[in-house]
Amino acid sequence: MDRTKEVKIPSSLYRAIEEKIEGSNFPSVSEFVTYAVRKALKELSGYREQLSEEEKEEIKDRLRALGYL
Amino acid sequence: MVVPHGGRLVDRVLKGDERQEALERVHLLPKLELSRDLAFEVENIATGVFSPLEGFLGREDLESVLDHGRLANDVPWTIPIVLDISEDVASSIRDELVLCYRGEPVAIMEVEEVYAYDRVGMALGVYGTTSEEHPGVLKVNGMKDLLVAGKVDLLNQVPSPFPKYKLSPKETRVLFELKGWRTVVGFQTRNVPHIGHEYVQKTALTFVDGLFINPVIGRKKPGDFKDEVIIAAYEALMENYYLRDTAVLAVLQMEMRYAGPREAVHHAIVRKNFGCTHFIVGRDHAGVGNFYPPYAAQEIFEDYPDIGIVPLFFRSFFYCRRCGGVVNEKVCPHGEEYRVSFSGTKLRRTLKGEAEEGGVLIRPEVEEVIRSYPEPFVEGR
Repeated sequence: MDRTKEVKIPSSLYRAIEEKIEGSNFPSVSEFVTYAVRKALKELSGYREQLSEEEKEEIKDRLRALGYL
Repeated sequence: MVVPHGGRLVDRVLKGDERQEALERVHLLPKLELSRDLAFEVENIATGVFSPLEGFLGREDLESVLDHGRLANDVPWTIPIVLDISEDVASSIRDELVLCYRGEPVAIMEVEEVYAYDRVGMALGVYGTTSEEHPGVLKVNGMKDLLVAGKVDLLNQVPSPFPKYKLSPKETRVLFELKGWRTVVGFQTRNVPHIGHEYVQKTALTFVDGLFINPVIGRKKPGDFKDEVIIAAYEALMENYYLRDTAVLAVLQMEMRYAGPREAVHHAIVRKNFGCTHFIVGRDHAGVGNFYPPYAAQEIFEDYPDIGIVPLFFRSFFYCRRCGGVVNEKVCPHGEEYRVSFSGTKLRRTLKGEAEEGGVLIRPEVEEVIRSYPEPFVEGR
């Protein structure tokens, strides 16, 4: 299995990243994009994992009791 | 669902055995009595309203917030959430401190740092002034000499005057999801609703799935409407003029700081944590007197392209006698002589019987509710 895959991004964004990373610790645009995507994925998954089904049901009950549902 | 600020919704509310164990050691620890506003701050930290904060700010974060409007890790944050203590208290605290409100334990704080701060720097950094005419500066000047930083774990909820309308970010996020709202606009208010507010809210609502009306309950300045009047007025408005499926009312227990632009950003971050994707910023948002230019609270968002919530900027709405309706300066070609502005001052004068604009300023049902209170305003100088 390939260790990497190609992903297309707009040329203008590519150029903007190239300019931005010049002189930084990112050796290439690919490294930067990998870092940014990992960060975004971590943020997205962070919230979804927090509520258990039991907790969600408790919240639903409270919202019903308060008249929101 | 929109990602909470900083990537994770903070939840430091102790439950079950963990809470029981903490309650059992409360009597062994030094205690600090909090004001109602500080007790609200503790609860807001622990329930994720102030995500990503897990406690009161340490020196490094405070300096970064004052100097750059960001936490030390570069996450946007504009208002210092700090706990001030006297030197006497500082000398008595150890690793943990019990934070109390009206004698009851609210939270346990892991003390990480006690440090001195610069009042002038704080006043300038947050409010842009050292004038004691500004209520925020007055508050800073009255703070104790030291700050204590550290994470808080909530033991007990702070009693609310409006339990029916008190929701945590976890709860609003579930609520929005169950309502099928993928986009939600938050509306901050410290006022009773006049027709201008209603038009701003409904204009924004035209472009999103739901409206989250979120009045601030807590310390306000004399002359502002009392909390109970604001809630009763919104109940009357929503019952008569809003669809139940597209609008929700819940309170935010947090003091007003009147920090204008910086507070607008703070208000947006807080609503992002509640699950809002958009946030309404009007003219002189969170301002007081003439301390801030009328649209500074909109311009500041240019410094925060990474804030993660879409600010919706509105100019002032007004009633135009020639248009025969509520409009704004982008759509109305008529002159000042035809316009009735929705200023809070005019509303107060109308309610006191000093002006005759009631019919176009405020819904009759709302006016009736406000008039049912003998003294609807916060008293004092």
